[in-house]
Order: sequence, then C-alpha cells, then structure tokens
Amino acid sequence: MAKTRRELQPINAGSMADISFLLLIFFLVASTMDVDTGLSRLLPPMPEENQKDDQSEIRERNVFVVLINKDDQLFVEKEVVEISELKDLTKDFIMNPEDKPNLSEKRLESIDYFGDIMVSKGVISLQNDIGTSYGKYIEVQNELAAAVNELRNALCLQKFGVRFEDLDPLNENENAVIEAIKKVIPMAISEAEPKKIGGN
Amino acid sequence: MSRFKPGKKKTLPPIQTSSLPDCIFLLLFFFMVTSVLRQTNIKVMIHTPEVTEIKKLEKKSLVSYILVGRPQPQLQAIYGTEPRIQLNDAFATTDDIRDFISSEREQMDEIEQKQMTVSLRIDKDTKMGVVSDIKQELRKASALKINYSARRSYAGKK
Repeated sequence: MAKTRRELQPINAGSMADISFLLLIFFLVASTMDVDTGLSRLLPPMPEENQKDDQSEIRERNVFVVLINKDDQLFVEKEVVEISELKDLTKDFIMNPEDKPNLSEKRLESIDYFGDIMVSKGVISLQNDIGTSYGKYIEVQNELAAAVNELRNALCLQKFGVRFEDLDPLNENENAVIEAIKKVIPMAISEAEPKKIGGN
Repeated sequence: MSRFKPGKKKTLPPIQTSSLPDCIFLLLFFFMVTSVLRQTNIKVMIHTPEVTEIKKLEKKSLVSYILVGRPQPQLQAIYGTEPRIQLNDAFATTDDIRDFISSEREQMDEIEQKQMTVSLRIDKDTKMGVVSDIKQELRKASALKINYSARRSYAGKK
C-alpha cells in the first residue's frame, strides 16, 4: 500500500540568523543609547503682577553676589576672583564657621534627625550679562553646586558615616535623611532678572 | 599504542549553528528594549559644557528638548551662523517655545505633567542672552523643571 499522507517537511530555518541580523543592525543604527545627563535646576515661578518685590527683606550680608560680566570675568562680592577660588568662598559663606560679620547669618531651626541646628540664611545671587558665554555660566553653576554638595557630603559623613551622594532617594528612610540634609544646607541660588552690566 | 596511530586524522566536527538565530534574537530584543528611536534630526552643532556635579535624567518620555547652537555647516548658507533655537525638527524663535511646551504637555498623562522636565542642550559658546530669553519663556509657560544638559568631566573630581 502506497503512502497517502506525505510527511511535513521541516521549515528551513537556515536564513533565520540572517534576517535577525538585519533587524539587529537596523535597531543599532536607528537607536540612541546615550543617557541624558546634566545639572538639574528649578526655575522660580513667574511673579504675580500685584506681588511686591520681597528682595529688600534679605539683609545685605546674607547675599553672596556672584557676577559674570560679558568678558566672562567672575566677580564675587565686587572683587575679581578666579573660578578655582569660587568653591571655597561659597563654602565659607554658607557655613561661616568663625561668625564673621560680613558672611551669612544663621538661625536656629529644628529639623528631623538633627534636632536644633543652626541653618544659614545665606542666598547666592547669580547674575550674568547678556554677553556672558553659556559655558562659563555652567562652569559657575557647577562650582556652586559642588560647594553645596561637598558641604552636604561632609555633614552626612559626620552624622551618618555615609556620603550624601550614596543615599538612595527611592528608599523611604534614606529619602527622609536626604530631605533633612537639604534643609540644613539649602541650595539657595537666586538668579536676577536678566540685565546689562558694564559697557556694551 | 593504538592511540597514536599516524594515519588516522581526526576531523573537527562542524560548529553547531542552530542556536545562532536565538542568540541574535536575544541581542535584538535587548537593543529594542533599551533603545529609544532617534526622533529628531539635529540641525544645530552642540558641544555641551563639561561639569563634575552630574545628574542623570530619568524617564525619557517626560523630557522635552530645546536645542540651541550654530546651524550645521551645510545649513549655514540659509540660516546664518548665529546660534539658533531648534524645537523638534525645525528652527524656531523664543516665541514658539510656549506653544511647544503646551503641545509637549498635551502628549503626557495628567499625572506625569507635573514631572515634565525640559532639557536645555545648549552649545557652550552661546551667549547668555538667548539662554535667559528661553528661561523667561519657560517660566511664563510654567515649565519650571529644567536640566542644563552637560557631559561628565573627570578632571575636577577628587
């Protein structure tokens, strides 16, 4: 008796690899792998029209004026400084360890984990000219951020024995610590409304 | 003795390639999952500044990009050499930013809208005048979370 049913032939899968290679190469070419990195900042909301300017309430010694002019020169409290000095000047201003009268004042606050602690009232005022280059501006922003981060790191190491950067914001307890440290050493950078400074 | 018979050469068995497609598929899926398709044609030249205090941006779907820089050399004949703003695929002016932000916002869920971040990819030689204008527009559009796009520099890190 002859065979009536033919056996099913197996599908030739030899070219499967080629096809998937093709797809793979397509996705390799069409995709971007780079993770975006940078400095995160929060802009202040637009002031309400009838809102009064409350800048006058901050005393002069509590304001740390950082100014970049159109030639990318850096002025801190009206004196020319190098960018390498900025970080230490900022740290001194915020902490004011010797309670100098020209640096920032402190007020007593009670914060979780720390109890009653002196918190600086200092505000960094960052001003720039229209002609300032963006690269310089970011460099200064970076130095200011570095100063604050170093202070936070030092505080965190002293109090908890870990670096501030190593705390995990997704962990509830550690996030509470992060928030507390942020309150003790706030990053108060205020940017002036854009204006022209010095020459044209 | 018979182990070292001179005449009998062992032939290498052919390498098994039947699992090759599986391996490639695995790679393919990996890339499909990890990658985001390139959405825009970058028409401006951008060298972002280098910083040490870097932070990674999470959740790419919540990030909108504003690009500022000189037009690419082949476009300079039309658009000039002054730094220009690019939104999505086209050159724009500061007036277009508010519309851009509101259209980007509409594409998101209502819950996610608050976490919307605007990433400013700006060439480091751009003047701050342009950047300040953009920041003012973003404030008016109340897109307050911003990120100055920058690369990591290893020079200053201890």
